[in-house]
Amino acid sequence: MARIGVFVCHCGENIGRTVDCARVANELRDLPGVAHSVDYKYMCSDPGQSIVKQAIREKNLDGVIVAACSPHMHEKTFRRAVASEGLNPFLAEMANIREHCSWIHEDREKATDKAIEVCRSIVEKVKHNVPLETIRIPVTKRALVIGAGIAGIQAALDIADGGVEVVVVEKDPSIGGHMSQLSETFPTLDCSQCILTPRMVELYQHPNVKLITYAEVEEVSGYIGNFKVKIRQKARSVDADKCNGCGACAKACPNKKVPSEFDTGLGTRTAIYVPFPQAVPNIPVIDRAACALFRGRAKGLKKEACAKCREACSREAIDYDQQDTFIMQDIGAIVVATGYQLYSIGKDQPAGLTGYGEYGYGTIPDVIDGMQFERLASASGPTGGRIVRPSDGKEPKRIVFLQCIGSRDPAKGIEYCSKICCMYVAKHTMLYKHKVHDGQATVFYMDIRAAGKGYEEFTRRAIEEDGARYIRGRVSRLYRDGEVIKVQAFDTLSGEPILMDADMVVLATAMRPQPGIQLLAQTLSASYDQHGFFNEAHPKLRPVETNTAGIFLAGACQSPRDIPDSVAMASATAAKVLGMFSKDQLEREPTVARVDVSLCAGCFHCERVCPYGAITHLEIRDRKGNLVKVVADVNPGVCQGCGTCQATCPSKSVELSGFTDEQIYAAINALVL
Amino acid sequence: MRIGYYPGCSLHATSREFDESLRATAVALDVELAEIDDWSCCGATSGHATSHLLSVALPARNLALAEEQGMQEVLAPCAACYNRLASASHSLREDAGLEIKIKEILARPFANTVRVRNVMELYRSLIPQITEKSAGRLKGMKVACYYGCLLVRPPGVLAFDDAEQPTSMDEICRATGATSVDWNLKVECCGGAFSLSRTASVIRLGRAILEDARKAGAEALIVACPMCHSNLDFRQSAMTQSGETPMPVLFLSELVGMGLGLSARDMGMKRHFVNTGPIEKRATETAAQVAAEAAAKAAKAAETAAKATAQAGTAPAGKGVA
Ligand SMILES: Cc1cc2nc3c(=O)[nH]c(=O)nc-3n(C[C@H](O)[C@H](O)[C@H](O)COP(=O)(O)OP(=O)(O)OC[C@H]3O[C@@H](n4cnc5c(N)ncnc54)[C@H](O)[C@@H]3O)c2cc1C
Repeated sequence: MARIGVFVCHCGENIGRTVDCARVANELRDLPGVAHSVDYKYMCSDPGQSIVKQAIREKNLDGVIVAACSPHMHEKTFRRAVASEGLNPFLAEMANIREHCSWIHEDREKATDKAIEVCRSIVEKVKHNVPLETIRIPVTKRALVIGAGIAGIQAALDIADGGVEVVVVEKDPSIGGHMSQLSETFPTLDCSQCILTPRMVELYQHPNVKLITYAEVEEVSGYIGNFKVKIRQKARSVDADKCNGCGACAKACPNKKVPSEFDTGLGTRTAIYVPFPQAVPNIPVIDRAACALFRGRAKGLKKEACAKCREACSREAIDYDQQDTFIMQDIGAIVVATGYQLYSIGKDQPAGLTGYGEYGYGTIPDVIDGMQFERLASASGPTGGRIVRPSDGKEPKRIVFLQCIGSRDPAKGIEYCSKICCMYVAKHTMLYKHKVHDGQATVFYMDIRAAGKGYEEFTRRAIEEDGARYIRGRVSRLYRDGEVIKVQAFDTLSGEPILMDADMVVLATAMRPQPGIQLLAQTLSASYDQHGFFNEAHPKLRPVETNTAGIFLAGACQSPRDIPDSVAMASATAAKVLGMFSKDQLEREPTVARVDVSLCAGCFHCERVCPYGAITHLEIRDRKGNLVKVVADVNPGVCQGCGTCQATCPSKSVELSGFTDEQIYAAINALVL
Repeated sequence: MRIGYYPGCSLHATSREFDESLRATAVALDVELAEIDDWSCCGATSGHATSHLLSVALPARNLALAEEQGMQEVLAPCAACYNRLASASHSLREDAGLEIKIKEILARPFANTVRVRNVMELYRSLIPQITEKSAGRLKGMKVACYYGCLLVRPPGVLAFDDAEQPTSMDEICRATGATSVDWNLKVECCGGAFSLSRTASVIRLGRAILEDARKAGAEALIVACPMCHSNLDFRQSAMTQSGETPMPVLFLSELVGMGLGLSARDMGMKRHFVNTGPIEKRATETAAQVAAEAAAKAAKAAETAAKATAQAGTAPAGKGVA
């Protein structure tokens, strides 16, 4: 006969108000197999746990039921308590009489009856519980960081400083991400490059870091602690080992008219180029789409149309025949830090978004976006830091900023707040005033969201000290009238329509996830939201983990974030990775599926339905080594214990430990028989 | 091609020239307009300001009649009618509860199958025919296409063109040979139904529209909405300063008709307040010029062809001599 202990929790008033906990304990006491049954106000408290422990000791219990909240909440707590008394933790279960009972019912009598039934059902289940042992899996202590913006750099440095090897994969020719394009940063107005470049160099030189730029993650297989990652190193057309970054090749390149991505199209670069002077690594790439030689080759020319860069290179580093190569890496944990892109408000709209024809971006040259303003304001930018109109190079005396372009606008497809724009627009008005003393900045806003340390003060400074004029309202149209841009708007505070003249207009466009990020998410089996931002495992309690074990997040790939938030998140992720690597083996819950190889017919329905790819093929051979049959096998490192395979298996040969058919039927029978 | 026709009240009254020109172009373009028998008010302006249910029930009655009379598509030239009919059809598709209620009110079978079309949609589908038949007759004439607020909005319901930067009317005008100018106030409001209650606002808005079109070099403003037309045409004298040349405001159908060479009289253009004489004259001029150019081109082609045959006749002989 089983010796099960039942512990009924009042959860203060949460359960006690609707469920008569004393009656539950009393009725359960009479159940066959129940050796002990009590109720208590807060079972999860220290004294509450002591009651459980003491009963195990004194009543010699071989099973425990805590009737309280959801197992999500406190199963771990009680299993730990049970284990401390030497009882296998998987002999303890929760009966959920809070979320499933007291919170959703009003009638005390009926709710109490239901609570008793819920407990009875779990008692029957526990009678069939067997001790399970924690699964231990080996771990490769090497992290992969995908994306090297400020978030990726910070995460990689923190992990590397913790003494662990890090592989960093960046798709662009240089690391740095968007922060390298910024002029000065809120809320302190320190120069972005000045604080970023040292970190970039530190990453480059760190003995624990292997930096792979101009590369992308192509395939990921395996599971937490044991990923196998295939990285595509795109052909730079330059031998990185020979190149010394002298820059002679770019000087020699005849095509100097390629719009520079780094300068957001406001400046130009050559076909062989380094994105910006402080680029890390300082090794150029050939943009094959813009290079005369490669264009000639594409047209089928046998002769080399141009070889100026190779002629100019004293180290024979230019290699026109370089091909993409692949690098395989064994990885234990992956950090995704792929950042964001800005909503393209011009003519090409992403699917499902309609854009903003009324603002004439792309047709009116002096309507620019926030990042373009950053480049104009940047000392290293295309104008050397002079804020001038792209159309005629004149200094704009009246500049207008429009906030929430794309953000908070369900009609245009994006309902979320991009979070950083209020702050950078305030910053832009200051940078403008500091450079154009007799100029007037006007901001059209919906609300000013300046929550953050020093943020509210910062926006006040923009208004009070630097004279930015803030008008609450939306702009309905921008159009050209000779040299000026007419701004047609509505002031929602005074209720007046406005028509004002501007020399330049800056649109604070929404932050969106990087293009193609869904594909990466699928490669990683990580989930993303309807906008394409990566999903965290829990919005409050597990903000830097994904639902896929061993995959972590940092920065703006998860939601719009500024630099302080991105860095904080990156350090948090690094702590998670280092924590995981602090043990030689990873411990996993043993509630995973197991296959009975004697029954399995090898139909592999389970393999087709498994969402985690945990099913592998196992060959069964006789003693002579002849193949008898091929059966399914479960990789316990990958299995998440969802039970889909168990529900699918036609021969009932796969079972989820802790939730076997026998256990589940026993629980159901207790309710219906 | 046969299409159901819902003229609405305007096209039988203040905007008769819209109706007449539309019918004239329809004949020229082989389109049969089948007027819905027993049509009634679409519920614009006062109707839909009074009650949402009424604003859907009134158009639904007309759509049900069209369905009964075997029409798959209905052309509603007036922007307000078009907006009401299309919006009602849309609401009924989206809201099953409303659909049940409306069916009760209608007390006649209704499956909401009729597609509502606007003049721009109709003409856009006929661009090849217009291009061919007009042979560039209006080449050199500069017009400003004015869509106003209603014709392409709300987006989502009326999805045949971009709500902020529409282009269909411009494409149609270009098919006649005319140039559609690039200007700023294409989709601005003209004051609409406030013509009587807030005349000053209507005049202010209209003046801005006319001024911008003039600045862009337009010789005429093209509209496809009776309300826009009445505001900008009827009230134009109050919107213009002395010395400014008046800007003829033409319905799109009138411009297409001029492109097709139809007579102004057949299109009822005498009803305009702003004299359309000058723009009609201009159309005859461009037509004459285009014809002259075509004739010159044909003559030149004939000449070169003649030369070629002559040469073909002499060349072998010459060769023979050498
Ligand atoms: C106009 C403007 C002004 C701003 N001003 C400020 C400011 O003053 N202060 C402030 O705190 N914040 C500011 N921000 C916000 C700041 O830019 C972000 O907080 C920060 O850049 C986020 O860093 P990140 O590393 O998450 O993303 P990113 O900077 O976007 O970096 C992501 C990196 O990942 C790489 N990557 C992407 N996809 C892949 C892939 N599939 N494989 C490999 N690599 C990939 C990218 O190439 C990039 O290098 C501003 C933003 C804008 C738009």
